[in-house]
Amino acid sequence: MEMGQQVLQQLVNGISLGSIYALIALGYTMIYGIIKLINFAHGDIYMVGAYIGFFAITQAGLSIVPALLVSLVTTAMLGMLVEKLAYKPLRHAPRLSVLITAIGVSFFLEYASMYFVSPTPRTFPAVMDSVAINIGGLVINGQQLLILGITFVLMVILTYIVKFTNTGKAMRAASFDTETAQLMGINSDRIISITFGIGSALAAVAGVLVGIYYNSIDPLMGIMPGLKAFVAAVLGGIGILPGAVVGGIILGVVEAFVSGFISSTFRDAAAFAILIIVLLVRPTGIFGKNTKEKV
Amino acid sequence: MFFSKKTAKLMSVLAGTMLMGGVLSGCGGDSAASSDEIKIGANFEMTGNVANYGQATLDGLNLAIDEINAAGGVNGKKLVVVSADNKSEAAEAVNAATKLISDDKVKVLVGPAVTANVIAESQVATDNKVPVIAPDATSPDVTVENGQVKPFIFRSCFIDPQQGTVMAKFATENLKAKTAVIYVDNSSDYSKSLGKVFKEEFEKAGGKVLMEEAFLAKDQDFKATLTSIKTANADVVFVPAYYEEVGKIVKQARELGITSPILGTDGWDDSKVADIAGVDALNNTYFSTHYSDKDESVKGFLEAFEKKYGHAPNVFAALGYDAGKLLADAIKRAGNDDSEKIRQAIEETKDLQVGTGIITMDPKTHNPIKQAVILQNKDGGRVMVAKIMPE
Amino acid sequence: MDKFSGMKYLKKNDAVLLGFAIVLFALLQGLISGKVLSSFWQLNVLIIGINIIMAVSLNLINGYTGQFSLGHAGFMAVGAYVGVVLTTNFHAPFVVALLAGGLSAAFLGFLIGIPTLRLNGDYLAIATLGLGEIIRIVIMNIEYVGGAAGFKGIPHHTNFAWVFWLTVIALFFIKNFVNSTHGRACLAIRENEIAAESMGINTTKYKVLAFAIGAGFAGIAGGLFAHCFYLISPNSFTFMASFNYLIMVVMGGMGSITGSIAGAFVVTFLSAALASWPEFRMIIYALALIFLMFYRPQGLFGYMEITSMRPLNRIFGRPGEKKEGGRTDG
Repeated sequence: MEMGQQVLQQLVNGISLGSIYALIALGYTMIYGIIKLINFAHGDIYMVGAYIGFFAITQAGLSIVPALLVSLVTTAMLGMLVEKLAYKPLRHAPRLSVLITAIGVSFFLEYASMYFVSPTPRTFPAVMDSVAINIGGLVINGQQLLILGITFVLMVILTYIVKFTNTGKAMRAASFDTETAQLMGINSDRIISITFGIGSALAAVAGVLVGIYYNSIDPLMGIMPGLKAFVAAVLGGIGILPGAVVGGIILGVVEAFVSGFISSTFRDAAAFAILIIVLLVRPTGIFGKNTKEKV
Repeated sequence: MFFSKKTAKLMSVLAGTMLMGGVLSGCGGDSAASSDEIKIGANFEMTGNVANYGQATLDGLNLAIDEINAAGGVNGKKLVVVSADNKSEAAEAVNAATKLISDDKVKVLVGPAVTANVIAESQVATDNKVPVIAPDATSPDVTVENGQVKPFIFRSCFIDPQQGTVMAKFATENLKAKTAVIYVDNSSDYSKSLGKVFKEEFEKAGGKVLMEEAFLAKDQDFKATLTSIKTANADVVFVPAYYEEVGKIVKQARELGITSPILGTDGWDDSKVADIAGVDALNNTYFSTHYSDKDESVKGFLEAFEKKYGHAPNVFAALGYDAGKLLADAIKRAGNDDSEKIRQAIEETKDLQVGTGIITMDPKTHNPIKQAVILQNKDGGRVMVAKIMPE
Repeated sequence: MDKFSGMKYLKKNDAVLLGFAIVLFALLQGLISGKVLSSFWQLNVLIIGINIIMAVSLNLINGYTGQFSLGHAGFMAVGAYVGVVLTTNFHAPFVVALLAGGLSAAFLGFLIGIPTLRLNGDYLAIATLGLGEIIRIVIMNIEYVGGAAGFKGIPHHTNFAWVFWLTVIALFFIKNFVNSTHGRACLAIRENEIAAESMGINTTKYKVLAFAIGAGFAGIAGGLFAHCFYLISPNSFTFMASFNYLIMVVMGGMGSITGSIAGAFVVTFLSAALASWPEFRMIIYALALIFLMFYRPQGLFGYMEITSMRPLNRIFGRPGEKKEGGRTDG
């Protein structure tokens, strides 16, 4: 394989990896946008989504689309439940306390799943044929294209919801100023709950797709992708939907190039280094608006 | 007034927390060792990033101990496994070992699974003169330090040089390979040292290592590195790693069009590899391990494990089972639960039939002398292509 | 006059605390020497001490200066690795290794602090988390210190006396720093950075100063940690470890030294006490965390110090009446 082609192949690898980060980052960024909480449990919600999909296929014998829907709905409810039980009582508490609660929820989801489904990885059944498309030596997997496509479609749908529907307007209002929004007749609690539901549903989609694509899921699978997705969201400008997707794809491409041309052991370091450099140049991320704090 | 109210509330929270902890530690403390049981400390990775290895080994150990107790125990006493979690971390492994020794008063330790954690534990065990059997730690440093064998530390598995040599020989002699790429898990001592041995032996036999690449445990996507491995176009790719990553590596390598044979070691010995990679992708791969599932002598173990846990054992479970059998035999020969006697008995183990074959402990290195086999993955099954008896 | 009595108050306070420390030391040392504590609990006393240093130094950055750092374990790793290389490979005395580890971590904190502390809030959090991970990954790629497999054969130097007195030094240093002019500047930055700047406080200088001091103590704690366990591996310094220290700080109360002590104690104690239930340990720990935040979102102590509490302030004087010696009761 010549150099130019290798670069192209790495670009394909990177974009496909990045689209997974992007998919998780979408939910992350929505939740952050509305309650300014780094929801460290988001990666674990993604893991739970993957397991629900897994059991829907293997135990209930569903095919992929119904299984995805079951996982999506159940995980959305789980996300709303977590918000109601763990975050809502702390709405007026110091932000760091909520963050610690999020870490607590994350540990709880990880280790409760580990207790119930054992730490052994499960192999996702092959519910979809994996078609490798070969274009003059350049290999693209059909599932990669599917994940990328779904990410973009979801981004467009979400942007539409947030920009043009009443719920979306309420979301933006609540994100701008929760209390004023409440005074204007918006039920902020309901809006926050809906946001958690949508964000968690997105995580479930990502979880099931990753399960299908990589064939294996385990209770700690959410930690790293969750962290990377957060990095992607910050990179793109947290709270901004297209930012999450762009951030995710940049991250994926950087990782692929570092793994391919330097060494994969420096991959994560490079990902963080890119993040820090971008933040130093643009302290609120690529698409972030720089708001000056007033006294 | 303001303060005292706040203080009172605070104190009650604090007191509550302490009380909870106190009660828990109270009943978890040393319940008086009854004379008709012998306590075995199991220090394993039960949470954290290699929990699946620790847990599988513990499953194997528990099965062995259950079988022994069902057959009347050892010298009329029951064996009791007291487990402790080391969170997959070296410092916590010391902490867990200290707890098992000082609070639970165990006579012998089994575990942890990972080399670094065993090495961390070994000093505490030596200081307290409690023998350790490491079921899966393959690095030579586990039992030998500065050319001296550590008197209380034993293992019941291969060491890395043994497997690395076997596979390098197999690559050059049986597969007639001239060039190789080595792809190791950089977060694992096991994988790195196997890669090193393979390289030395492969080059000694006249082969050429074209490229050495690394990944990290828990990686999901290997395509970037595999893309550059593909450009090397080597005769064989050597991936000494654990099953979860191996399955994904094989799958993604085949997808990218890497067709050369892929070789591995006993970390591959899990049916999950085939589930993850798929039957077709797994063709033309070979790995060394402890036994072939067609061996008559391991049938009993395989059936018993399947019956108890509902799935086939992987290599960790098999090695945990071996450690349990080895230990029970040693305690039996020691005659009582004196740690020094048990230590000596483990050292004198000879021609003992365990789950995966027959082992003899080498008193000079505390490594077991045992057979190795090379299996080929073929159309969903495994074919034994070589059996290497210890010299 | 006012100032004079304030100083007198501070000195009296210090003397009482020092006396208390000596009594506590004698008591604990007695328990250890008399083998009343099993070696498991002895080890956990050491871990509690090390965690107190980690928590209180992180509190200086997060609680007192208001800079949200999530990379504290990275500085601990630097101190640990510099320390073990010195003692194991160069046979340096333990105290030299600890100091060198602390200074290297402080210097790195200084270098990292200058560019990154311009960020704020969650952006700073993720940047420091990233830096902590970069430090760990770099160490993992250095074969000289054992790479991912860890550094082996470390001499066992850490004992109760070292941990106890270094903890006391860390506590006194940070307490006095917080009560000094510099500390006031840090508090001002926490309350409102722009207002602090307009009052003539060089915010960058004080943020970097607090960050470097915090990192330095984390480095010393790292040295103590490393010489306790025979082997250290980069695994012990992941961002999960940083989270753990943050948990101690928030659980105890941001901006309370007493709180950091309590947080470090409770977290370590819970983990040790639950060791007999390995299957449930992390689940119970997670639930304890969530419930504690429910009932005490401001942490066990909030902004309070034990020295300012009613039953005790008789011994320590009445801070409420003397503004100069004042606490930071929020």
